[in-house]
Amino acid sequence: MKLHEYQAKEIMRRYGIATPHGRVAETPDEAYEIASELKGHVVVKAQVHVGGRGKAGGISVVKTPEEARDAASRILGMNIKGLTVGKVLVEQAVEAVKEYYLGVTVDRSQKSIAIIASSEGGVDIEEVAAKTPEKIAKVWTTPREGFMPWQARALALSAGFDGRVITQVGGYFSSLFRLFKQEDAELAEINPLMLTKDGKVVAADAKITLDDNALFRHPGYGGLWEAEGDDPLEQEARRRRLTYVKLGGDIGVIGNGAGLVMATIDAIKAEGGEAANFLDIGGGARAEVVQNALELILMDKAVKAILINVFGGITRCDEVAQGLLTAIESVNLDLPVVVRLVGTREKEGRALLRDTPVVTADTMVDAAKRIVAIAGGGM
Amino acid sequence: MGIFVDKHTRLVVQGITGREGRFHALRMRDYNPDVVVAGVTPGRGGQDVEGIPVFDTVAEAVEQRGANTSCVFVPSRAAEDAVVEAFASGIELVVCITEGIPTLDVIDMLDQAKKEGSRCRVIGPNCPGIITCGEASVGIMPGQIFQRGPIGVISRSGTLTYEVVSLLSSRGIGQSTCIGIGGDPIIGTTFVDSLEAFEEDDDTHAIVLIGEIGGRDEEEAAAFIGSMTKPVVAFVSGRTAPPGKRMGHAGAIVSGSMGTAESKVKAFQEAGVPVADTVNEVVDIISELL
Repeated sequence: MKLHEYQAKEIMRRYGIATPHGRVAETPDEAYEIASELKGHVVVKAQVHVGGRGKAGGISVVKTPEEARDAASRILGMNIKGLTVGKVLVEQAVEAVKEYYLGVTVDRSQKSIAIIASSEGGVDIEEVAAKTPEKIAKVWTTPREGFMPWQARALALSAGFDGRVITQVGGYFSSLFRLFKQEDAELAEINPLMLTKDGKVVAADAKITLDDNALFRHPGYGGLWEAEGDDPLEQEARRRRLTYVKLGGDIGVIGNGAGLVMATIDAIKAEGGEAANFLDIGGGARAEVVQNALELILMDKAVKAILINVFGGITRCDEVAQGLLTAIESVNLDLPVVVRLVGTREKEGRALLRDTPVVTADTMVDAAKRIVAIAGGGM
Repeated sequence: MGIFVDKHTRLVVQGITGREGRFHALRMRDYNPDVVVAGVTPGRGGQDVEGIPVFDTVAEAVEQRGANTSCVFVPSRAAEDAVVEAFASGIELVVCITEGIPTLDVIDMLDQAKKEGSRCRVIGPNCPGIITCGEASVGIMPGQIFQRGPIGVISRSGTLTYEVVSLLSSRGIGQSTCIGIGGDPIIGTTFVDSLEAFEEDDDTHAIVLIGEIGGRDEEEAAAFIGSMTKPVVAFVSGRTAPPGKRMGHAGAIVSGSMGTAESKVKAFQEAGVPVADTVNEVVDIISELL
């Protein structure tokens, strides 16, 4: 779960990391009020779950509350990389004499937590890694092993930080690591960390992604989730507890197992079709899950035909077939459906579908061919 | 023979009294009755699941039944504890089926396993398990689709593996061992670990590797294949997946320039590994190799 900058900063402040003064606004008038409370220049920043907000015009530095209101009315409702801006963060502009990068993230290859420092802040860290790798230093640890302030100071020094800031930076790094571990984050990043004229360090931008699998340890996280970035169908899928991704084509896809569904979508594309979605009903999918999935697919008005590809491991084909028949009855399904059922209780599953309008297919490639022909065939 | 599990595997099923644990323990026993020797559910010691004795601790299963491998079905919040208990009790291989374990728990779990000794191995988490054909099934794979033969199969996915295996079997091409390494970002046994083991296995003559978007495991595998003598055929799913979206598996996500299907396909091609465009093509290429 990605958090907005303003949410990430709230969490960071709880861990003792300083951020510029400011608050979030949902209307231009609120932005005016906040800017009036703050003195001097303020920055108005779009709160969306994508990078590159500045380049897209989603960040404005302004001098007066009036200008803040104008900036907010321009940015609110703006579309940045497909996402609509619903909130802006209005905060004190900070003048930096130097910008740094601090990050804590999960390193898949090393099977550990990577702690990353760079003396080249304010830019994409991947770019720094590619162009000036000497300006990045990394160490690895585990939650159990931890990360001490002295390690942070050594790391900052080896990334080329100014010796005068390493005590403060060391403290921030320990806080960021503590936050990462206690909040079950996948990513906690300060970029840039600004060094001001009077020698203070401030988190000017902040990013936190939380681990969805750890939500049970953090009951309060439900309230942090903000859906404005997601497609309405993806939001509905979340309510229905289905693993769904909207893709934009006209062939609805349901399958069991992430790899199988991805491969099914690839196969549809290879046959010249476009999948409307990714939908994994998972292992052990029962009749009511299949019905739930079909109902969701039917909410996508672009869908002209549906392909169901189930390979039974845990999933029992007769349960899938039963769910399909129940769903067809309950939602008056009138779209063409191709079903491919293999595996546990396959014969029973297919027997249930005999004498119904459902088309059955033997293999994934065969199913993809049929569905593309149906969806493209003069509908 | 085959890799990691065989007819000498003595399995304890952790979480055997739960719905999935019970269902699959019995199926694993159907596959080879000698393999499944015990179950563990804390507080249920002294009971049995259709004749499989249940113990309170893994240590008892090791001492009294000679268990050397564990299959974990416990819920995600208790999984780290279960895996670490297994290694601390002398188990050398843990196959962790559980899905949805917090990533930081997985990191600590694997780190503690490593500290128990270099022979300790975790397969998974969030995996369908492993089967050495005709010898042992550990996990949730449908045993009936497998057929003994010379092909090793490694995959990040469950059902897609079954898809490829059933195509292989239907063309009369059998398998040595099929291993599902799991769909999480952090897993105990990687493609490279499995390739290394297959290279040493006399029963395996060629390998099918089924990858997907996310991470760098396929790229690392491509680099390793150069040092192998056995041929490998690759398949990568998620070629049409949009960036930034998690495609079902926690690990199946393209972030920035990382983890794209193009990068993986390219890495394989540069290593001289044929990449199949469809699952049917996997079988076509394999049958040409044999």
